[in-house]
Amino acid sequence: MALYNLNINGKSQQVDVDPNTPMLWVLRDHLDLVGTKFGCGIAQCGACTIHLDGNAVRSCQLPVSAAEDSKITTIEGLSEAGDHPVQKAWIEHDVPQCGYCQAGQIMSAAALLAQNPSPSDTDIDNAMNGNICRCGTYTRIKAAIHTASQNL
Amino acid sequence: MTTVNTKLDRRSFLKVSALAGGGMVLSFSWLAGCKPTAKEELLAMPKEWFELNSYVKIGENGAVTLYSANPEFGSNVKTSMPMMLAEELDTDWKMVMVEQADFYPERYNRQFTGGSQGIRQGWKPLRTAGATARAMLVAAAAQTWNVPASEITTSAGTLEHKASGKKAGYGEMASLAATMEVPEEVTLKEIKDFKIIGNSKKNVDSQKIVTGKPLFALDHKVEGMKYAAIVHPPAFGMKLKSFDKSSVSGMPGIQEVFSISLFKDDYQRNFFDTTTYPEIVAIVGNSTWEVMQAKKTLVAEWENAPESKFEMAGWGGNTSTVTVPSGLENSSRHKERMAEYVQKSGSVLRRDGDPEGAFKKAARVIERTYSAPFLAHNTMEPMNSFADVRGDNAVVYGPTQAPESIMGTLVQALGIPKENIQINLARMGGGFGRRAYSHHMVEAALISQKIQAPVKMVYTREDDMTAGVYRPTYSATYRAALDENNNLLAFHVKAGGIPETPLHANRFPAGAIDNYLAEGWDIPSNITIGAFRAPRSNFIAGAEQSFLDELAEEMGKDPIEFRLELLKKAETNPVGKDNDYVPKRYASVLELVREKSSWNSPQPNVSRGVSAYFCHNSYVAEVVDLVIKDNQPVVEAVYAAVDCGVVINPDAAANMGEGAIVDGIGNAFFGEMAFENGVPTKTNFDKYRMIRHKEAPKKIEVHFVDNKEDPTGLGEPLFPPVFAAVANSLYKATGKRYYEQPFAPQLEMQNLKM
Repeated sequence: MALYNLNINGKSQQVDVDPNTPMLWVLRDHLDLVGTKFGCGIAQCGACTIHLDGNAVRSCQLPVSAAEDSKITTIEGLSEAGDHPVQKAWIEHDVPQCGYCQAGQIMSAAALLAQNPSPSDTDIDNAMNGNICRCGTYTRIKAAIHTASQNL
Repeated sequence: MTTVNTKLDRRSFLKVSALAGGGMVLSFSWLAGCKPTAKEELLAMPKEWFELNSYVKIGENGAVTLYSANPEFGSNVKTSMPMMLAEELDTDWKMVMVEQADFYPERYNRQFTGGSQGIRQGWKPLRTAGATARAMLVAAAAQTWNVPASEITTSAGTLEHKASGKKAGYGEMASLAATMEVPEEVTLKEIKDFKIIGNSKKNVDSQKIVTGKPLFALDHKVEGMKYAAIVHPPAFGMKLKSFDKSSVSGMPGIQEVFSISLFKDDYQRNFFDTTTYPEIVAIVGNSTWEVMQAKKTLVAEWENAPESKFEMAGWGGNTSTVTVPSGLENSSRHKERMAEYVQKSGSVLRRDGDPEGAFKKAARVIERTYSAPFLAHNTMEPMNSFADVRGDNAVVYGPTQAPESIMGTLVQALGIPKENIQINLARMGGGFGRRAYSHHMVEAALISQKIQAPVKMVYTREDDMTAGVYRPTYSATYRAALDENNNLLAFHVKAGGIPETPLHANRFPAGAIDNYLAEGWDIPSNITIGAFRAPRSNFIAGAEQSFLDELAEEMGKDPIEFRLELLKKAETNPVGKDNDYVPKRYASVLELVREKSSWNSPQPNVSRGVSAYFCHNSYVAEVVDLVIKDNQPVVEAVYAAVDCGVVINPDAAANMGEGAIVDGIGNAFFGEMAFENGVPTKTNFDKYRMIRHKEAPKKIEVHFVDNKEDPTGLGEPLFPPVFAAVANSLYKATGKRYYEQPFAPQLEMQNLKM
């Protein structure tokens, strides 16, 4: 076990965990930030996507020891009032079905738009291909990303 | 106008003293309300709630809480079922917030999500419950104003007596209304007067979903809660022999290791008591990560399980003895055994006319065999559950489609009476049938009981994928007899699977062909199977509709025209009896999809396939447009025409239809689970290929037939036809027919990129 000082959603947080503990479980079990979801544990589904210094990363493969000096943003910290253009577009397009993967989808989409404010369909496909939606809301996700892109 | 007797659903009018309603409310929050955007002014919380029945309570300020009784797994019943209540209550949707009811069979009907029956079976009872609450508000106003109830009108949460000019909000009458007699009869609205039903409402949980609020069982946490992982046998046909506790007991955060057994010896299992491994090892510790680490390290011995038998209660109450064979099974051997049935006869499920005689007279016979593998459900949220079992009391909060079934299993496993077990319904991260088998909740409860502390048990993705209750593997052989003028003389289907036949012998084209024979067969297995989105239909539709496409071509007919001809015959001069579809409604979806897809004006370089199917009381026709781009098959567009009667929440209904289409395309191309010596060959999404953004159609249109029929199923019916629409479009693109699912391996053999 070791102490780690983390910068999460603009707040500094301290946890005492094994250095190999993935950020996913630090967030969920130790910091009660359960918006970040567990899907596969091997970075194949994207449900656990967070931002590490603005980049979309899979938190199930990010050991806490590698996250100490970075700015971490989770779905809970994407916007203060839940009104990030991506979140608003998700509601406008009524995207979610079961909703379980959507935090990861939104985090991937927000990171994409931060780097590429006007993505093409192909840009979206490439950036989002790591996020599985078992309910199959892909066409709505794409439409919502285009809408969010208009409202950045 | 429809007048209904409220006795239809007496249980919703039971007076229960606690205003909070069904038992423990886990996560009450105003955010659960139906506020579509954060901008809209939030309603103030009322000081007091008045319960009119188990679905409806109204605050003194006019705020309305509607309880959604069915478990929510993504089909959006939590929005659409309350819409039916709100319509007849005649309230303003802006005044409504929705809460998930706990499992409370004394107060709610059919708290079950599956079989696409939520809306269909809720249609009358929920509207009646809403109308009854409205009638009690009207009665309260009539008494207060001393006017006849028949002269009082309602609109958007307001009561009015026009003659005297008196007006009041529902909130003002709520306390008196709650004391009124429940009327014996109420009148339901005419469809043309609907204001809420048929007008799209946003998912009531959207805001919570997009902001990452706790909604799922996996998100639940209480003070002092422990975490648990499970270890199950590595192969179907094996069971636990022993385990070495000391192999993990010194690991960080690990507290206890023990085995649990789900079924007592004398327990008669219920219909959904399909459990892959009834005895498993549980590891309890301080965090999910720590128990998952220990799970990888645990030393356990497994042994081959002998043949076993158990008693099971059937769907209709009859019981049967289920035999689980011994042995370690292989997919290659499954294929060989299924292929033997192409030559063997099965048991006759339906015979019309003289099919054998007609085949003898045929100028030519077309015969094709179709097959599909086992499929894993792969819900995005792995199986998990919270449980707090201490002494003689249990609270279980888990993702389940079938709380009523798992209650019986919990009672016998825990030895605690039903009255002391509270099941709370979590939003599910997907279901697709898998969570009708909710033994993850029993596992969590047994673990909690053993440690006498609250616990959250979580499957890894590998546990989830390898301890599945899979969609069976199937095979179907179709034969058609044609005369020298290409007239269809006879039709023969013989279909089976491991361990069940997918055949619905009375479905189309039964009833449309004079000489018809349907046979079924099955091969027992110890691989556990269960409901998977549109059970059986999800295979047989693809086989049948692929065969009809090929048959139409052989007969020189347009595939839609050919189906319409058969349906015309079934309508005007039906063959046999018990045909379980309405030919006219079937034809109407084909006609609608023909129009919406501009079927008769094909585009150059676009390959099109059509398919139609009836299941879960609904009719669906689909057209897939496919192109080969950069040597890769790309689904450009899908057009669906659906007859599911009245559509409650159109945009959400379209969303679910789109999802079913994407699901079907994914499984048609990639879906496959296989076994080697009983071991599932795929354990996670690196090997088990799921459809992703890139493979999703570029465009999906879902069109609903506008009729006034009572609503029918929607979650499943759009799924089965996709497989054949894909296969038939691929044929147009490549000139090859696709008989074996998944299609990707064959396409790769043709040097196409997948």
